[in-house]
Amino acid sequence: MNATDLAIDVSHLVTHYGSRKILDDISFQARQGEIMVIMGGSGSGKSTLLRHLLGLHQPTSGSIKLLGRDITKLSADEMYDLRKNMGVAFQGGALFNSMTVGENVELPLREHTRLDDNTIRIMSRMKLEVVNLAGFENLMPAELSGGMIKRAALARAIVMDPRLLFFDEPSAGLDPVVSAELDELILLLRDAMNMTIVVVTHELDSAFKIADRITVLDQGRILMSDTTAAVRASDNERIQSLLNRTPRNEVINPDEYLERLTREIF
Amino acid sequence: MTLNPLLSFVSQVGQRSLQSVREVGYHAALLVEAFYWLLFGHWRRQPVRLGAVFKEAVGVGVNAIPIVALASFATGMMLAIQGIYTLRTFGAEEQVVLGIALSVTREFAPLITGIFVAGRSGSAIAARIGTMQISQEIDALRVIGINPVRYLVAPLLAAMLLTLPALTILSDLVALFGGALYCAGELSLPIDIFFERTFEVLVAEDVIHGVLKSFIFAVIVTLIGAGNGFNVSAGAEGVGQATTRAVVLGCIGIILADMVFTFLTSR
Repeated sequence: MNATDLAIDVSHLVTHYGSRKILDDISFQARQGEIMVIMGGSGSGKSTLLRHLLGLHQPTSGSIKLLGRDITKLSADEMYDLRKNMGVAFQGGALFNSMTVGENVELPLREHTRLDDNTIRIMSRMKLEVVNLAGFENLMPAELSGGMIKRAALARAIVMDPRLLFFDEPSAGLDPVVSAELDELILLLRDAMNMTIVVVTHELDSAFKIADRITVLDQGRILMSDTTAAVRASDNERIQSLLNRTPRNEVINPDEYLERLTREIF
Repeated sequence: MTLNPLLSFVSQVGQRSLQSVREVGYHAALLVEAFYWLLFGHWRRQPVRLGAVFKEAVGVGVNAIPIVALASFATGMMLAIQGIYTLRTFGAEEQVVLGIALSVTREFAPLITGIFVAGRSGSAIAARIGTMQISQEIDALRVIGINPVRYLVAPLLAAMLLTLPALTILSDLVALFGGALYCAGELSLPIDIFFERTFEVLVAEDVIHGVLKSFIFAVIVTLIGAGNGFNVSAGAEGVGQATTRAVVLGCIGIILADMVFTFLTSR
């Protein structure tokens, strides 16, 4: 893999929450124009990984290179420039509730460009067209359904035509039809705009439908980061149990169990 | 074993103190950052927009006019009633004008205004920012490349610094009018004579003293409201707690700052 066409290059990332280690030695890469799905069960650390990829937290050690720049070492100004090339659609949408849908989508353009008002409106309407929300720009976020909120959030995320798009749990809380539509939309964005798209999800169907490559996280470590076919064919026990939805049966160590129960009791 | 309750008490006191110091430090940093964006944001490509400042000024200032005016009117009248009642003992009812004029401009107007704005806007600021925090809107701002302090706190601070002194002067006038109205009824003192005497006894320093206080109150209300909002982490209940804390700490902060300021400047 040529280093220059790597859109995302994470190496030896270690993060802590307080004294608890959340991510342990995470390394993976994604190329430009690729859909990378980060998969894992609840508590596997995938949300934490996403927050670090977005530069919302500072890791304990390791590096995160986005579009060739290490975001753990960038100055605020350099990060500001990089953010113009990043779009994020949060799990709950995170639309600004005090603004209309249209104003939400326009906000990045208003902050980052000096385009005139009409141009900004036209550009944001174009993105609302892309996500099939044309004509909804004057509604408030509270008046939208769950699926519409996700699509509006997606429109806001792509309004600057970013090279990197992050999508947190696109199908969470949506019915199968709507979530299938979102999957189609993600594929369309990659093909039409050559975006690198990182999708964090625990939905298997959706993951295998859209992914070029899958990174499987488990308890803060990477089990595997490879092509969809390779992940499906993996004989790793934890990956198979994730794919086949079998409950994990961890062997309990009696001493540790007793220690956990009696900890901090005098 | 017997040491444990004592030990845990001491450790709790220590942790609480540490928490308080941390909180004061946090708010101080917030203040510095908000001023930084107000002054230098333009050069850092993070300008504080005038439109946002005016929008906030309407919310925290203009919309507070009726309630502040009503409270000030009642306070002025109450001061006149109490003043006349007290001074009657000495047969010096006429001196009530001096008492009202000084206590309104130096103390009551800024304090009443500050406390009402803390109750009205301090809670609203905490609730708004707290809700944005739990719905990831603050994160959304950051990933778009918008500094949340620049976008949410700086315009608010500017609006507060603009409107609170103005509200205080309004409160001065309305409270004096309330006092004048009562004196007109009780002492048959014409309103124009009341104001004439008021302006005889008042010097500019008295009014400035009150206005200076209102600047401090503006900073306190904004910072405590915003700081509590940003620190919300635990869902809807957290937002509720933050709004309560913002009001209680805001009012206490105002009264304590008032005491310190008055102590330092009036002796």
